[in-house]
Amino acid sequence: MQGPVDVRALEARAREFRKTILQVITRAGSGHPGGSLSAIDIITALYFHHLRHDPKNPTWPDRDRFVLSKGHACPAWYVVLAACGYFDPQHLWTLREINSILQGHPDMTRTPGVEVSTGSLGMGFSAAIGMALAGKQDGRGYRVYAMLGDGESQEGSIWEGALFAAHYGLDNLTAIVDRNGLQQTGPTEERLRLDPLADKWRAFNWDVCEIDGHDMAAIVGALERARTVVGRPQVIIARTVKGKGVSFIEGVVGFHGKALTKGELARALAELDGAAPKG
Amino acid sequence: MAAPTIATRGMKATRDAYGEALVEVARDHPQVVALTGDLRDSNRLEAFAAAFPDRFIECGIAEQNMIGVAAGLAACGRIPFVSSFAVFSPGRCYDQIRVLVAQPRLNVKLVSTHGGITVGEDGMSAQAIEELAMMRALANMTVIVPADATETRQVIRAIAGFPGPVYVRLGRAAAPLILDEAYRFVLGAARVLREGTDVALIACGIMVAEALAAAETLAAEGIEARVLNCATIKPLDEAAIVAAARETGAIVTAEEHTVLGGLGGAVCETVAAHHPVPVERVGIQDCFGESGTPRALMEKYGLTSSAIAAAARRAVSRKAG
Repeated sequence: MQGPVDVRALEARAREFRKTILQVITRAGSGHPGGSLSAIDIITALYFHHLRHDPKNPTWPDRDRFVLSKGHACPAWYVVLAACGYFDPQHLWTLREINSILQGHPDMTRTPGVEVSTGSLGMGFSAAIGMALAGKQDGRGYRVYAMLGDGESQEGSIWEGALFAAHYGLDNLTAIVDRNGLQQTGPTEERLRLDPLADKWRAFNWDVCEIDGHDMAAIVGALERARTVVGRPQVIIARTVKGKGVSFIEGVVGFHGKALTKGELARALAELDGAAPKG
Repeated sequence: MAAPTIATRGMKATRDAYGEALVEVARDHPQVVALTGDLRDSNRLEAFAAAFPDRFIECGIAEQNMIGVAAGLAACGRIPFVSSFAVFSPGRCYDQIRVLVAQPRLNVKLVSTHGGITVGEDGMSAQAIEELAMMRALANMTVIVPADATETRQVIRAIAGFPGPVYVRLGRAAAPLILDEAYRFVLGAARVLREGTDVALIACGIMVAEALAAAETLAAEGIEARVLNCATIKPLDEAAIVAAARETGAIVTAEEHTVLGGLGGAVCETVAAHHPVPVERVGIQDCFGESGTPRALMEKYGLTSSAIAAAARRAVSRKAG
């Protein structure tokens, strides 16, 4: 895609995606709204501005790859993939149901556009590294993007992968950390401290960029900048808010893995509609 | 009394055959790449690394990431052969194998050396004696334990052309060459190495040689033992197992592995379901290993031809009627 960026259009899409995410999770009766809402602006920017991809040809060898290593945020990914045309949006309303193409965590054997199965934390990142290595070896120009959770960054395998990607100079790899500061049972800094997180990645010899992960222009700018880095993988540490966009979900630990009730959903949708620019 | 011996064609470690075979296979399969976690020497991948430096991927001592990298490579069309010690792969990276390799049926070949208790002096932490059960429990996973270096060469060639995840367990120590060049490994087939109708000895890996020796001992006593080399533990050759049960009425399994969940477990499941007969399981009896020479460990933990022969006598005595 790419070309001139229409920040307003991306923001409008993300706002609608937030509503659909909450609706499909409530319909499913379970799921992870908090981490989906913190990630959705970045995933929107990737698919509707940045990635070279073709939903009609999901196995195009030269496509850019996106891996959702924090697989529990898949409602955000599914909503975007459906909007891109990877599958009929009607499938969204079967999320987590028996026989659905949309599993509770991403399954590459069932869902068009899902490059690798994830859900067990720390794994998708390593698979993304393998894809980046294959692209380098093949001389293909594609890039690989992996979205990590900050809680996920407590997994040792993330740092195994960080060593590996830097050792092999995989500059076609960009990791994006959804730094929402919360994990299942509390703040990341209370459960197992991550800060100074940017310094850790720098020490692992990655190119590091820190942004506001809900500022669409900043997201697009960071992705564009990452593309220009030579010789090193890049990490974008995106400061985000878990549950972003809905006042009573934002920053609330209890909405990590719990669907909104119908009443809560109605309030959330009203808030999101109220946030839309008037006129 | 000295243990009986069987005719062999010398000694060679299965890991040595792996290193040689992978170089040959890689010439025919340009998509083959090799990964290791700082064990290129122990895994016998130095010749591969020299022949195909661009297709050799050193992953460092980081097995979880190594499996993920292999999955990503496989998703891009490679045929990764991933090697480590059998304690570490699958032991250090089982969840990665489960989610990234087995369920999506990615074309990753997990070939681990230093399987079993005959790792020897390095002791318990280096001796993989449970990993066949771990790998057999995974849906979509093929599990193979070659009997000797000759079979290993054929196994490596066969799995390179077989789409899907495979685990191969190889040994550290030199082991008897018991199969001749006319032998043909067929994935999923147990091969009858010796005919007999009184009892069936079903073995894998280094225990095939012990089973053949046990059959000699038993023959001298008037017990004719059928010997099956069950190199493919999954998918199990159920037809051959059931035929052995039906035609001999008594079974002994023999494996360099815990008797829980490996070859012995698999044979018991099949026999119980289709043709119940007495089964005796030779293997490690639900305990951990220790340091010692391979032979001393085999003696202490009951992994010998005499242990198999004793088990066969018990099995025969348990036959109904």
